[in-house]
Amino acid sequence: MSDPVLRVRDLTRIHGPGCPRCRELTGDHHGTNICPVCGSVVAVSGVSFDLWPGEILGLMGESGSGKSSVVKLLHLDDRPTAGSAVFRDRDGALHDLATVDEAVARRLRDGRFGMVHQNPHLGLNYRVSAGGNIAERLLCSGERRFAAIRERALALLTRTEIPAGRIDDQPGRFSGGMQQRLQIARALAPQPELLFLDEVTTGLDLSVQARILDLILEIQRELGVAMIVVTHDLGVVRLLAGRTLVLRHGRVVESGLTDQILEDPQHAYTQQLVMSAL
Amino acid sequence: MTNDDDFGFLDAVAVREIRRGLLKALAIPGYQVPYASREMPVARGFGTGGMQVTLAIAVPGDQLKVIDQGADDSVNAVALRRFIGNACPGMATTTRTAEATLIQTRHRTPERSLVPGQVMVYQVPYPDPLQIVEPSEAERRRMHAHGDYARLWVKLYEDVVRYREVALSNRYPARVHGRYIIDPSPIPRWDLPKLHRSPVPHLFAAGREKKLYAVPPHTDVVPLAFDDVPFEVERFAAADGGRHRCARCGAGDTFLDEIPLPDGTRRWQCNDQDRCDERMEAMA
Repeated sequence: MSDPVLRVRDLTRIHGPGCPRCRELTGDHHGTNICPVCGSVVAVSGVSFDLWPGEILGLMGESGSGKSSVVKLLHLDDRPTAGSAVFRDRDGALHDLATVDEAVARRLRDGRFGMVHQNPHLGLNYRVSAGGNIAERLLCSGERRFAAIRERALALLTRTEIPAGRIDDQPGRFSGGMQQRLQIARALAPQPELLFLDEVTTGLDLSVQARILDLILEIQRELGVAMIVVTHDLGVVRLLAGRTLVLRHGRVVESGLTDQILEDPQHAYTQQLVMSAL
Repeated sequence: MTNDDDFGFLDAVAVREIRRGLLKALAIPGYQVPYASREMPVARGFGTGGMQVTLAIAVPGDQLKVIDQGADDSVNAVALRRFIGNACPGMATTTRTAEATLIQTRHRTPERSLVPGQVMVYQVPYPDPLQIVEPSEAERRRMHAHGDYARLWVKLYEDVVRYREVALSNRYPARVHGRYIIDPSPIPRWDLPKLHRSPVPHLFAAGREKKLYAVPPHTDVVPLAFDDVPFEVERFAAADGGRHRCARCGAGDTFLDEIPLPDGTRRWQCNDQDRCDERMEAMA
């Protein structure tokens, strides 16, 4: 069996001064992630998992459960207070995302990772064209041939079902679903090894959601890229993720195969989530 | 403190600070060094940065030439030359590139090849090439530190898509010594290749923006360009397919000004007045 793309151990992020009792006095048993002693917010605590090549892992939980915080730490938008997250790139080199310096972090973000945000305004540059948005990622990773950039941008737009004729339109003229697909095209441009999808279908109508989810599955099958999908939507994890972690108050309260979690939830919180979806 | 520090309009502390800044700028080619730009007897935006650098490095015996849009006799050039001449006793002024040891310029690099011993000082309105893509200076500093110039490249990409070429007639971004990208001040594209491995130091100063940067002698200055859309200088193409020539001296290898005439026709003339005069004298 190959090595995991990502090995996360005891990942913790505390916002605030922190104290020795922060982790002990917060969490599921205490019903809060705010430390009663120092007032710090324990956004993520003791999160551990492995992500295997080509796998789609779901992070599920309600708002404030810490799922987006985990993704921010792994995408190097934030740094953990404790723990490690070791990323193995396609060349076999290991990078501890908790300790990499800014230059390496930028190289990883630009060339090895892709991110699709819930809000396309966070992921797209609305002052340049759709092609320009894709070009930026390619230029970040060192491509300097105009024709090659143009060709790749056209291929990615076509792959994400955006008409090639709209390559020079600005994203502001696109529908919500197209903007989301453009984000996916942009994220895929440098052929990333790890793709983060943060609530990508939230706020879209059902038919558009279905097309985007199908697209993500097709891309995963074609490219074999490992993905971490953040969602509070059980339907999304059911369709996309093979394995799922359920988070609450910054802790993993249940993890396992997605079907198993949804069909036979063990933790009271997961049972509540599944029940409320029904 | 030496006697040199007391020479000119600036006080000794200012002279030393600017010289230190220039040394740092020369040591890290293309890096923008902040400095405490002083109040000068002209308004910000009229060459106060260039003036401060000239005053800080000038020593008795220097010969100063001031160029404004290629001309030596424009109001700005005359006023600056006169001020520096008055403020720096023992320093001569000239309009001849060949005679000058210090050349303060705005918009142009002389057509005549520069030789060791000369120093170019540029008046810079906007020192940061990233300003066209990022308004926040803090973010621009981060981008320079990380060598994160992708958004500047995207600007070139968008230009090539729209116009089939990069639509920057001046302030064309160039990478210095393989690292920092600079805004080479509003010199035309024509002048950019003159900075590449030039035998003289090119010092850039923005008074309003309080930044110094430099291209040391014999340093690579490479304009940003895609591998398959090469950098090009102005062509001055005539309708007959040839190139316009200077109406005064007949030069066909200089940067030309296009001058509309009252009868509706146009005339082309060397922008570098000294180079044109020199050629006229040689022909006489």
